[in-house]
Amino acid sequence: MTATTVETPRKKKLSPRKRAQRVRIVQYGALGVLLLLAVLFIDGRQVQQVFFRPDMIAKTLSSNLPLAFFNTVAYTAGAFVVGLVGGTVLALMKLSRVGPYRWLATIYTEFFRGVPALIVLLAFGLLPLALPGLKIPLDPYGTVWTALGLVSAAYMSETIRAGIQAVPKGQIEAARSLGMPAGMATRRIVLPQAFRIVLPPLTNELVLLTKDSSLVYVLGLTVTGYDLTKYGKDLTNTHANITPLVIAGLSYLVITLPLTFLVRKMEARQARSK
Amino acid sequence: MSVVPEQKIPTGNREDEIQVYDLHKSFGDLEVLTGIDLIVKRGEVVCVIGPSGSGKSTLLRCINLLEQPTKGRIFILNEEITDPDADVDNLRTLMGMVFQSFNLFPHLTALENCTVALTQVKKMSAAQAREVGMENLHKVGLGDRGDSYPLQMSGGQQQRVAIARALSMDPELMLFDEPTSALDPELVGDVLSVMRDLAADGMTMMVVTHEMAFAREVADRVILMDGGVIVEQGPPAEVIGNPKEERTRTFLRRVLDPTHLDTPDDQKSVTSDRSGPPEAPIEGRPHRSRLFGL
Repeated sequence: MTATTVETPRKKKLSPRKRAQRVRIVQYGALGVLLLLAVLFIDGRQVQQVFFRPDMIAKTLSSNLPLAFFNTVAYTAGAFVVGLVGGTVLALMKLSRVGPYRWLATIYTEFFRGVPALIVLLAFGLLPLALPGLKIPLDPYGTVWTALGLVSAAYMSETIRAGIQAVPKGQIEAARSLGMPAGMATRRIVLPQAFRIVLPPLTNELVLLTKDSSLVYVLGLTVTGYDLTKYGKDLTNTHANITPLVIAGLSYLVITLPLTFLVRKMEARQARSK
Repeated sequence: MSVVPEQKIPTGNREDEIQVYDLHKSFGDLEVLTGIDLIVKRGEVVCVIGPSGSGKSTLLRCINLLEQPTKGRIFILNEEITDPDADVDNLRTLMGMVFQSFNLFPHLTALENCTVALTQVKKMSAAQAREVGMENLHKVGLGDRGDSYPLQMSGGQQQRVAIARALSMDPELMLFDEPTSALDPELVGDVLSVMRDLAADGMTMMVVTHEMAFAREVADRVILMDGGVIVEQGPPAEVIGNPKEERTRTFLRRVLDPTHLDTPDDQKSVTSDRSGPPEAPIEGRPHRSRLFGL
C-alpha cells in the first residue's frame, strides 16, 4: 500500500470533494433556470383567474364548506371503523387453524383488493334495488361506511396480520403459562401489541381512505350528503370555474397533513424504542 | 429407565408435585426427549444441567404443556396435564414459568404484568390484584418500580419482574428456563439471589440452568441430561462434585473453568480426572465469571 503513488495523472482528475461541489452547483443552477422559465412564461393573473379566483374562493368558503368537510370526515371515520373491525376479523381468520377460514379470508382480500373501490361503491348504492326488502340504515352514511369499509378491511387485514405475526411467540407462551386461555391471550396480550406495531401503517390507510371517500360522488347524494369533492365539483359546474374544486382539494390537506405528520412521529418513536 | 416400573401411576401422593412418565418429544425427525421419568417432590429444588440440545428446556416446556409431548404422561399434583380432557389452563395457574428471554408484556407496566392474569384469569378485584402484585414486586426487590414499563428496566430487573409475575399467581411450583442466560454477568446475581430466597421459602422449583455454583449451593438434586435422557441425578455434591458417568464428567469439564477448581473438596475428582490442557469453554457457554459470579 505504501507504494500508492502520487503520480501526476495525465489528465488532471478532480478530487471527489471538488467533484461533489461541482455537481451541487449544476443542481442549483438547473433549479434556478426552471424558476426563471416559470417567471418568464407563466402569467400569474391568468393562473389566478382559473385556479384561485378570489370571488369564487369567497363563495366556496361561505356556502357550505364546513358541512362538506364534516361529511368527508364522517364518511372516512365510519369506513375506517368498519375496516378496522373487519380487517382484524379477517387477519385472525387468516391465522386460523381452520382451513376454510383461511381460504375465505384470502378470497375476500384478493377480491376486494383487486376490484376498483368505485365499482364496489356503485354496486352498494344499487344494492337496495337488487334486494327490495333491504334498507341500509343511516343512508347515505351506512352505504358509504359499508362499501368503503369492506374495501379497506381487505387492505387492513394484511397489515394487521403482519402486526400479529410480529408479536414474539414468547408473549403468547408467557400469557398461556399464566393460565390464560388462547382467546384471552390474543385479546389481552397479542392484539394490543400488534396494534401498536401497525399504528403507523393503519394511519396511512386512514389517509388513503380519506381520499377514497371522494368516490362517494357516484352515489347520487343529496346536497346535505355532499362530501368535499362533490361539493367542489358542484360549485365548479355551476360557475364554470375550477376554483371551488381546488379549494376542496386543499381542504383534504387539513385532514391528511396532520395524519402523515403523526405517522412520521410514531415511526420515529418506534424506531427509537427498538 | 423407569424409576419404579411397577409403581402406581400417578402415585397419588400429594408430595409428588411433578410426575413425568416415559416422556418422549420429537420435532419432526429430531428426537429431543427419549424417555424421561421424573418425580419432583414438594419443596424440592431440582436443577437440570446438560449440554445445549440435550432437551432440558423441552422437558421443562413439556411439563406445563407449552410443548405437546409425543408420548408419555405428565401429572401435576396428581392431575394428568397430558390428558386430552385436562383443564390445562387451570393446571398452568399452579405452575409459575420464568423464561430465558423474560417475555414480559411490554405494553403493560411492571405491576400490570403481575396483575393482568389475576384480574383476568382469577377474576380478582383490581384492588386486591394490585396488593398481591405489589407484594411480589417487593419480594423481588422492585417495590418502587411498579409503574415502570419493561423496556425502561435492565434485564436483571425485567427477569425479577417476570418472577414476581409468576409468583403473583400463587403457584405451587416454579419452572425456570435458563433464567439468567440472557443477562449481563453483573445482573445475574440479583436474579439468583431472588431464586435462592424462593428456595429457602420452600418453593418447589425446577431450574434449567448453566449456573453450576447456584446448582451446587441451592439444589436438592441435580439432573444431568444429555441426548434426550437423564444421564445422572443426585445431590449436587455427587453429580457435580463426584460424577459417576463419563458424559457428566465431559460436560462438567467443558463448563467448569479449571482455574477455579482449586478449593472445594468435592471437586477434587473432577480436577484429578483431567489430563492435559483444559478445554476452552464451548461457545455460547457462560464464562467462569458467570458460573461463579455469585
